[in-house]
Amino acid sequence: MRFDTSPAPHVIAGYTVPRVMFQVLFALLPAGMAHVVLFGPGLLLQLAVACVTALLAEAAALRWRGRDAAPALKDGSVLVTAFLLAFSIPPLLPWWLGALGTALAVLLGKHVFGGLGQNPFNPAMVGYAILLVSFPAEMTRWPVPMDVEGSRSWSELARMSVASFYGADLTTHWDGYTGATALDSIRSGLDLRYTLPELLARGDIAGTLGARGFAWINLAALAGGLYLMLRRIVRWHIPVAVLGGLLVPSFIAHGLDSGNALGPAMQAFSGATMLTAFFIATDPVSAATSDRGRLWYGAGIGLLAWIIRTWGGYPDGFAFAVLLMNLAVPFIDRYTVPRIYGRQP
Amino acid sequence: MAARPTFPAGLALDAHKQQACGTPIVELPLPPQVVLALDQGTGYSAEPVVTVGEAVAAGTLVAHAGHPYASAVHASLAGIVVAIETREAAVPSGRSVCIVIDGNASNRIDDSVRPVADLAALSPDELVQRLRDAGIAGLGGAGFPTATKLAYARNLGAHTLVLNGAECEPWICCDDALMRSAADDVVLGALILRRAASAERCVIAIEDDKPAAIAAVTSAIERLRDEALTLAVVPAVYPQGAERQLITAVVGVEVPAGGLPADAGVVCQNVATAAAVAHWATRGEPMLSRVVTVTGSGVEHPGNVRAPIGAPLAALIAASGGYRDTPLRLIAGGSMTGRALPSDEVGLTKSMNCIFVATRDDIGSRLEAVEVPCIRCGDCAGVCPAGLLPQQLLRAAHADAHDTLRQLGLSDCIDCGLCDYVCPSQILLADRFRDARRRLQEAAAMAQKAADARERHGLRKRRQQEAATAEQQTFESVRDRARRPDDDSAGDSN
Ligand code: SF4
Ligand code: SF4
Repeated sequence: MRFDTSPAPHVIAGYTVPRVMFQVLFALLPAGMAHVVLFGPGLLLQLAVACVTALLAEAAALRWRGRDAAPALKDGSVLVTAFLLAFSIPPLLPWWLGALGTALAVLLGKHVFGGLGQNPFNPAMVGYAILLVSFPAEMTRWPVPMDVEGSRSWSELARMSVASFYGADLTTHWDGYTGATALDSIRSGLDLRYTLPELLARGDIAGTLGARGFAWINLAALAGGLYLMLRRIVRWHIPVAVLGGLLVPSFIAHGLDSGNALGPAMQAFSGATMLTAFFIATDPVSAATSDRGRLWYGAGIGLLAWIIRTWGGYPDGFAFAVLLMNLAVPFIDRYTVPRIYGRQP
Repeated sequence: MAARPTFPAGLALDAHKQQACGTPIVELPLPPQVVLALDQGTGYSAEPVVTVGEAVAAGTLVAHAGHPYASAVHASLAGIVVAIETREAAVPSGRSVCIVIDGNASNRIDDSVRPVADLAALSPDELVQRLRDAGIAGLGGAGFPTATKLAYARNLGAHTLVLNGAECEPWICCDDALMRSAADDVVLGALILRRAASAERCVIAIEDDKPAAIAAVTSAIERLRDEALTLAVVPAVYPQGAERQLITAVVGVEVPAGGLPADAGVVCQNVATAAAVAHWATRGEPMLSRVVTVTGSGVEHPGNVRAPIGAPLAALIAASGGYRDTPLRLIAGGSMTGRALPSDEVGLTKSMNCIFVATRDDIGSRLEAVEVPCIRCGDCAGVCPAGLLPQQLLRAAHADAHDTLRQLGLSDCIDCGLCDYVCPSQILLADRFRDARRRLQEAAAMAQKAADARERHGLRKRRQQEAATAEQQTFESVRDRARRPDDDSAGDSN
């Protein structure tokens, strides 16, 4: 009897890229729910526009490059980019800005470099950073979260989100519904020579755990991230290093100057900390290669974010920290090649 | 026992051993014909010493091992040599010169098959030579001649013999079966091998998912009471049984890259090889048969079979109840490193530890795989036992960048297939690396050829130059003499 032949190994685990990507989307669910409860349904609108734009941009890019679009659209990777961008931008952003950011993320962040697996930068962060420097006002205007005393009802929030999505001018109708994020308020408060304890005592900036609103989202993102680690979609190196890189210096600085420097709890549970540590920095394509390299990469992101939050021009520094460390990846990779079995280090 | 010693990285895999391991070893009835490949898996062939038409007995030497990487081949069946020709064979190159023997019912045994009477009196060197003559080769999968390995070990002064009973690859369980049923043979063979290698001690390593084998070997060691012989239980992590990984696990040293285990003071042999050595010592039998696992969803009754070397695989499968379902692949070896064979008419080789008849149930994951671009997730690097970065190797292989490939350690890849196994992009990594290794070897061979040619060219030039100089000197001396006809001594004393 005759048989076909094929190369070993003949059995594989059967992991697939779509499986990885959809697990990531699934793990974002708790953070998404917290987001909607605290900041209104704006996130859902942003998600919708981001996903549609991302799929269209991906299909268009593949067509231009003369590739078959169907498998790439099904692998879910472009949806992860859309989700991460939608989670990063304010839920009140007019739809065309969300669309613009997503299109830039997919085209400029991914396809100019050759598509899946080739991009040196995290696509979602490319889109985010361009939006942030080009539209600083829109990109820093958030709804007042529901857990701030005296905030309006959720249905009011929903109406505002929809209006804002279509580009209504919020100052006429909804003045006082929007504001800066907690990190933003603290930054401007400190610049006005308030002390940190005074700012935190105000009650509209921070709660018991961290920033108003964002504390819960961070907690939910942490839960989703732990799930990904449990499912071995994400390995521990990058999240642990990001958190270490951010929290260790903030612990020291807070110990030295508690009047001005944010403590580790506040740092961990405000802004995009957990989202970055578990979902954004862990994008494997743009991260360092080896486990040891990923520790340096993650620690660099955490540290840069701390520096930008402390002294930089932007209240949250994660997007730029990620992009800067993306830039450093070839350098890190060069010096963190693992020792090969049987060879001297 | 506390934390068990192991090697870095690797992965615990589904063992799939229950299919074949429940039943005792079955003896294959003598087949009507055997096909003896003269390349037994190393790429080097023995040279025939019989001719077509010659009658042979069981145990008659039919091919002599001229090269140290070839092993002597003996008739595993009494009968007549009916063909010596190149055929399809279960070896890496796919073809080998084969000696085909048609059996007659005489069952005659060659006169040379006699118990080794003077075993204790043999020096290590003599022992090594006798094992070479007996055609003893590694039964663990590589088929490397045992004598050659032992000789290296003696030359480099190896202190430890590691007996490999890890059997880490899914589906294979012939060593397990052998250890359970013939632990005394394994232990006796271990002692003989230790003496032949002049090693101080011998460690038998078994994975912890084989409690019955561990118990059998433990009591065999107790019966023998030899201080130099110990048992090491290692975790069932793939590829624990890979030579280098096992040495790291049980001896705690690494084999230097590009070196031999003996460079680290260790020599590794398979437990089944040890049992074959015991067979040879007690009965004088050269390597005529082996135990092989016949398994997979494509055979009716999976199990372990003792069969003559050269027995057609079809006969082994028939003895296991024949094919069932739709067999899609016939694999020599296990699911991770086994080689898919094109035909079941090839003969059993010494290095074949498993015949895996796979259906879609077994190998669907690979058949249905769709390759997409690498997403650099790093899962491959996380499991690579050689400490390589397969994702970088893949890029370099794609670019055919030879220097980068060398730098990234392509030659240190042990071809275990784990990177393939975990890759979510389902890339055929191990196969790309095999290809790249072949290209690298070809490039090296070309470079060598060019260097040789240059050298030859250089030699010729030098010779021409030398000839020219000599001519010149002769000319000058003649001229000098012509000038000074009276002074003879000047030229000679120079
Ligand atoms: S496992 Fe596959 S996808 Fe992941 S880095 Fe390795 S080659 Fe790339
Ligand atoms: S096949 Fe080679 S590269 Fe892949 S895991 Fe095994 S040793 Fe590493």
